[in-house]
Amino acid sequence: MQLTLGPLLYHWPKARLDAFHDAIAAAPVDRVYLGEVVCSRRHEYRTADWLDAAARLADAGKEVVLSSQVLMESESDLRTLRRLAADGRFLLEANDMGAVHAVAGHAPFVAGAHLNIYSAETLAFFASLGATRWVPPFEMSRAALALILADRPAGVATEVFAYGRLPLAFSARCFTARHYDLPKDDCRFVCLDHPEGLVVATREREPFLVLNGIETQSHRVLNLADALPEMRALGVDAVRLSPQPERMMDVIAAFRAACDGAAADEVASMLAPALPAAACNGYWHGRPGLELVARGAAS
Amino acid sequence: MTSPQRVELVCPAGTLPALKAAIDNGADCVYLGFRNETNARNFGGLNFDAKAAAEGVRYAHARGRKLLVALNTYAQPGAFARWTGALDLAADLGVDAVILADPGLMRYAVERHPQLRLHLSVQGSATTYEAINFYVRHFGIRRAVLPRVLSLAQVEYVVGQAQAEIEVFGFGSLCVMVEGRCALSSYATGEGPNTVGVCSPAKAVRWQESAEGLEVRLNGVLIDRLAKGEKAGYPTLCKGHYTVRDDTYYAIEEPTSLNTLEMLPELVRIGVAAVKIEGRQRSPAYVAAVTRVWRAAIDACAAAPSRFAVRGAWMDELASLSEGRQTTLGAYHRPWR
Repeated sequence: MQLTLGPLLYHWPKARLDAFHDAIAAAPVDRVYLGEVVCSRRHEYRTADWLDAAARLADAGKEVVLSSQVLMESESDLRTLRRLAADGRFLLEANDMGAVHAVAGHAPFVAGAHLNIYSAETLAFFASLGATRWVPPFEMSRAALALILADRPAGVATEVFAYGRLPLAFSARCFTARHYDLPKDDCRFVCLDHPEGLVVATREREPFLVLNGIETQSHRVLNLADALPEMRALGVDAVRLSPQPERMMDVIAAFRAACDGAAADEVASMLAPALPAAACNGYWHGRPGLELVARGAAS
Repeated sequence: MTSPQRVELVCPAGTLPALKAAIDNGADCVYLGFRNETNARNFGGLNFDAKAAAEGVRYAHARGRKLLVALNTYAQPGAFARWTGALDLAADLGVDAVILADPGLMRYAVERHPQLRLHLSVQGSATTYEAINFYVRHFGIRRAVLPRVLSLAQVEYVVGQAQAEIEVFGFGSLCVMVEGRCALSSYATGEGPNTVGVCSPAKAVRWQESAEGLEVRLNGVLIDRLAKGEKAGYPTLCKGHYTVRDDTYYAIEEPTSLNTLEMLPELVRIGVAAVKIEGRQRSPAYVAAVTRVWRAAIDACAAAPSRFAVRGAWMDELASLSEGRQTTLGAYHRPWR
């Protein structure tokens, strides 16, 4: 089982990004996804900086994939996409159909979770276009994934989003700027002040969601560490971890141990202090995403 | 794309009476779904079986109108045949187009029913001409419905570059999230638009009187609390009051409806092929009223675009039908930009 680091979803200052990438270069992950996937206004790293970081991590022995922006709106967004697709040194993770259009037939690509591949038939279509890896939608249950993988096309690896806050929704509107009563085009990059987003609580003060610019995330942190043996049995090739600002190296260490066959109790105790919020795993068990089904419980 | 002669009015029908109301009041096209999770308004008591759909096709075609079938959820694993069965049925009924989101289902449609006209659903999340042209290249789609997140200028740019007709939402419920890219409902309730065709499903909703007011819960999550006399709309998850850093407000979106009537001449000018009215879950009376107003407006605009003025009576009628009686131009006009 390979370990993958997903694209950073938050807006961090350049120095923090540099330091993070230095740490990742030495971390026990096999594959790293880079690039701005949430907001085209974020420019702490320009495209050239992302490509530099990609080259550095590739030199450190990581397989590097460039992730495309999920919500594409402007010609400028498309220009950035074309630049990533044309670079040629790295695979592209296509997160919308425009990105698939840019690479299909020219180069192999990763079919991202936002392409909404919910069936073996649809996966076969993306395989015919050159997808060599796919990420199932976050909503997908183990039972549904098992049905797809029983019937999967040859030559397509499966990577499951297994840790981190779930990127539940995307909008053209920036909810962080809205919170500060700032227009989106003059947002003053307030999301830099929130390295893991702004917590949305219900009126009884129960944390529920996280605002991350135009993206809305779950407040609970998906944790499928204890499902790794099941995934292995299903034929899943890799698990993806989504970056968080604190203790990410501890998260990586715990999942590395899980990938290498450590006992579930040991992994759980490594991971517990690194979790920034309550865990959830409902989707995997065919339940509402925010639920936590206890280990060993029937589902 | 060259501009079509005349913008089409595309109206919703959840029942045969609603379909007839739409046709009788001037809809050019009516769209409907079947009675299962193959469409994004899979609500109890709504939608069409084969017999009602056949009657709908007859009713529309006898009056020179078109009938479209929405098959716009994503085929679920092990159940692909349910979606292809629905597609076969639509083709057999002789509908004028099917509205699809799932590329796997589009591939099936192209192979089995090459004569069938395909529209890309809003649930396909195509926000650029590159994304739309992908579907044109691989499946020959003829029209794309744009997510309700683009500005008017962006819509105009897409119309100019896309190799398919463009349909936009004109009136009805407002999704602030990109359609096809929102799992808020399934996160809270286990059921969402992509997989089973629902959002904030009624069976997960609980209304509860409390000391602090009327509480609305979605599978236990408190999504709003209303003071006495405060008007309650349908409790959609993204339109509740939440608290962010001690500030309690509509943190995601206000409970308003989309109404682009005043933009109609602009939509026509930029070459939009069709305007869609949301609301297959609405009553025949609602469909009749909205269709009547939009028919009158489109005809007035076509007769004299430069002199087009929104009539007060139209706006009053639409406002009376709107969520919270508030309407917005949504993303087309971006005051928050």
